[in-house]
Amino acid sequence: MEKPQLLSRLARLWDPLFKGTTAVLAYLVLALLVAICVALLHEGSQAFRTFGWHFLVSKAWDPANNRFGALIPIYGTLISSLIAIVIAVPVSFGIALFITELAPRWLRQPVSAAIELLAAIPSIIFGMWGLFTFAPWFSNYEPWISDHLGSIPGIGALFRGPPFGIGMMTAGIILAIMIIPFIASIMREVFLLTPPMLRESAYGVGATTWEVVRNVVLPYTRTAVAGGIFLGLGRALGETMAVTFVIGNAHSVSASLLNPGYSIAAALANEFTEAFSPLYKSSLIALGFILFIITFVILVLAKLLLLRLERAQGEST
Amino acid sequence: MDLRYLRRRVTNVFNLGMAVMTTLLGLFWLFWILYTTARFGYHSLNLRLFTQDTPPPGAPGGLRNAFVGSLIMIGVGIAVGTPVGVLAGTYLAEFAGRKRIGEIVRFFNDILLSAPSIVIGLFVYSVTVTTMGGFSGLAGGLALAIVLLPVVVRTTDEMLRLVPSTMREAAMALGSPYWRVVVQITYRAARSGILTGVLLGVARISGETAPLLFTALNNQFWSTNIARPMANVPVTIFQFAMSPYSGWQHLAWAGALVATFAVLGLSIFARFLIRQRNN
Repeated sequence: MEKPQLLSRLARLWDPLFKGTTAVLAYLVLALLVAICVALLHEGSQAFRTFGWHFLVSKAWDPANNRFGALIPIYGTLISSLIAIVIAVPVSFGIALFITELAPRWLRQPVSAAIELLAAIPSIIFGMWGLFTFAPWFSNYEPWISDHLGSIPGIGALFRGPPFGIGMMTAGIILAIMIIPFIASIMREVFLLTPPMLRESAYGVGATTWEVVRNVVLPYTRTAVAGGIFLGLGRALGETMAVTFVIGNAHSVSASLLNPGYSIAAALANEFTEAFSPLYKSSLIALGFILFIITFVILVLAKLLLLRLERAQGEST
Repeated sequence: MDLRYLRRRVTNVFNLGMAVMTTLLGLFWLFWILYTTARFGYHSLNLRLFTQDTPPPGAPGGLRNAFVGSLIMIGVGIAVGTPVGVLAGTYLAEFAGRKRIGEIVRFFNDILLSAPSIVIGLFVYSVTVTTMGGFSGLAGGLALAIVLLPVVVRTTDEMLRLVPSTMREAAMALGSPYWRVVVQITYRAARSGILTGVLLGVARISGETAPLLFTALNNQFWSTNIARPMANVPVTIFQFAMSPYSGWQHLAWAGALVATFAVLGLSIFARFLIRQRNN
């Protein structure tokens, strides 16, 4: 009589054990994010202690004299990602519009699959293509940009520069191509969430396709579209290999977008294994910490915006 | 009245025309990049690529050690990332459900999914390379596992939640303990979906360069010792493409061609599985 009871008691242990194991591993995901943050802060602390807040605003990057500042890589990271967003948002919107409103049914699946394949191409391939094919081609048109856009008063200085082919602008364009699939697929998904009743009512009172999208679909999906854009921005900020190939790796700030620049990720990829002093290494890890914090904030914002539409959907159904 | 109508029509046609143009633009980039890779890669493609190791500048050679190193590290990534990810996803779908903790883990799992992979490389560097005394293939594999993990967690969670709860209830009504229900019923029902998630994750880590830069480093020679720096395709491509030697650049393109088509092949196969499932 004793033995079966013991066995069944043992058997009953399996359930809490299974649940416990899966729970611990799920919390591991949270622990990993915390650990990444702590480890980078710890390793970068030497740089933060040595330079203080000055690290964030200093343009210095002088390994020989052990003087480091994060301003130039931060500037390059932000500017190249902004260029990417400015280009990627309208293009992604056009693609989502085409797939949801214009394409015949049989064409939707192949077109969205092809656009998503763009996201599957390894980023190093974008880099090689950018350096060996796109940059030489683009440099043919840079004198034209410099001559025509460069003479616009106010923003002209952005477009005046040498025809190197590589630089901030090239990095921004390639980043744009890389994030288009992410933004376009979110836009496509949320456009399809617009209640058909709203859409059809608008068509019913005689609206054109464009007016339906502009006045019904976009207002309904506004927050989620913004979330998708922030998600793309988060991706662009942390992109490493493609940018390293084409941004020019020049440690300078210049008004012109055609000039070479630098980004945090490119600095890490180029210099980390060659950093010879502890302070040099610590400064690079501090850069990585700053990148992590910036992308973390952007991605949290993106997720919160995306969740709002999801919640609204959940309530209405 | 007519003029206003005309203006609306013209705006409509113009904007929809732009939508078609942007779609063509998107497809154009895809084909341009694939064409470039295929054209440059094809010229350097030969059998030596798979039978010889990376050469010094100017000498003929292949990428055998890099391919093998990459496969080993991807293997480590799968071996570590898949079980952890599947079990964590199980917790979210089977135990957490709509509870607050489940939502929090899902939220931050998505953040980890989009976190810059170079930061993950830095993290693994600071916890393993500095403590284990050097760059190693194992560290590279762990970095890839962290990139893979959130992909697997997310798809496992989604796929398990698609399994109808009547199946679980039927098994429980027969007196089966919950862990057996999960392992023998829901896993089996969601098997192909979870496999698809793992495949998509593997496609992603196969092309990742940034997490390997400071973990596996690279190795010019043949080595299968995961405690030592290990050759791998992405970092070799990076070094060779940036070098001034034409022989190395040709090898980089050949490696790029093989890597791209392997990765695209994997993701197309995974998508094909999804469609099969939906039909």
